[in-house]
Amino acid sequence: MNILCESRGRTLIVKVNGEIDHYSSNELKNKTDREYKQAKSKNIVFDFSGVTFMDSSGIGVIMGRYKNVISNGGVIGAVSISKELRKIFDLSGLFKIIKCYENIESALKDFSVRGQ
Amino acid sequence: MSYDNEMEMKFKSLPENEAFARTSVSLFITPLNPTLDELNDIKTAVSEAVTNAVIHGYEESFGEIFLKCGIKQNTVYIKIEDKGKGIENIEQAMSPLYTSKPNLGRSGLGFTVMESFMDEIKVSSSAGEGTIIEMTKKITGGNSAG
Ligand SMILES: Nc1ncnc2c1ncn2[C@@H]1O[C@H](COP(=O)(O)OP(=O)(O)OP(=O)(O)O)[C@@H](O)[C@H]1O
Ligand SMILES: [Mg+2]
Repeated sequence: MNILCESRGRTLIVKVNGEIDHYSSNELKNKTDREYKQAKSKNIVFDFSGVTFMDSSGIGVIMGRYKNVISNGGVIGAVSISKELRKIFDLSGLFKIIKCYENIESALKDFSVRGQ
Repeated sequence: MSYDNEMEMKFKSLPENEAFARTSVSLFITPLNPTLDELNDIKTAVSEAVTNAVIHGYEESFGEIFLKCGIKQNTVYIKIEDKGKGIENIEQAMSPLYTSKPNLGRSGLGFTVMESFMDEIKVSSSAGEGTIIEMTKKITGGNSAG
């Protein structure tokens, strides 16, 4: 797995490439938390366009980040969820708490409309 | 049961073997010509069962995980076994969102994923002896558009 973080205003963009499972999820969790703190971000957008596999470990990571972000007054979004990932997202009910966007720009635009 | 084709493997309960296990099963069933959706369902279910053996079965210790995969006509049979601590209350363990490790950031969805991504699942376990997960899924395949 390879993770690229970029800070845009108060939003941290986390682009994940590869497979998210229990083995790789620790790195994703740690890197996201570290960068979120360092950049003093408020919101997080996960870019899943490069994710080829995800199991319930990935759901755990997103739910955990969601809790941190809302306790900080922020919001969380997801970009480019493939058909395969959509199935586990649907099952987990994550779509109820995380909004999905076609691309980073529309996520950032929506965040600013929502006053984030 | 006599299968048309079968394989068996045994590996140490290391997190890096989760990908090894699901990829092996996925390669083994390729001749059935599964759709990408079916392949992804099976890979995900195997990943859940193996991860559970690693995290819950053996916890901080290490042990062996046994994986068997059989093919009979269009159906895939998978058996994943650990000799770890076992499950005391299987019904509770299988209920959606139940996790014994919320502090580790688990979501309690592993069994829910296995149940909904596979056709059948059977869990046998006894405390102190280990856990066996048996799952089946029929491959419709041939859907080149998939
Ligand atoms: N092989 C096993 N050995 C011992 N206990 C197990 C085993 N598999 C599952 N369990 C128990 O069943 C519970 C539910 O498992 P499930 O996979 O549904 O959720 P989880 O592993 O806790 O979280 P997630 O899979 O979403 O990361 C676990 O928390 C654990 O207590
Ligand atoms: Mg699990």
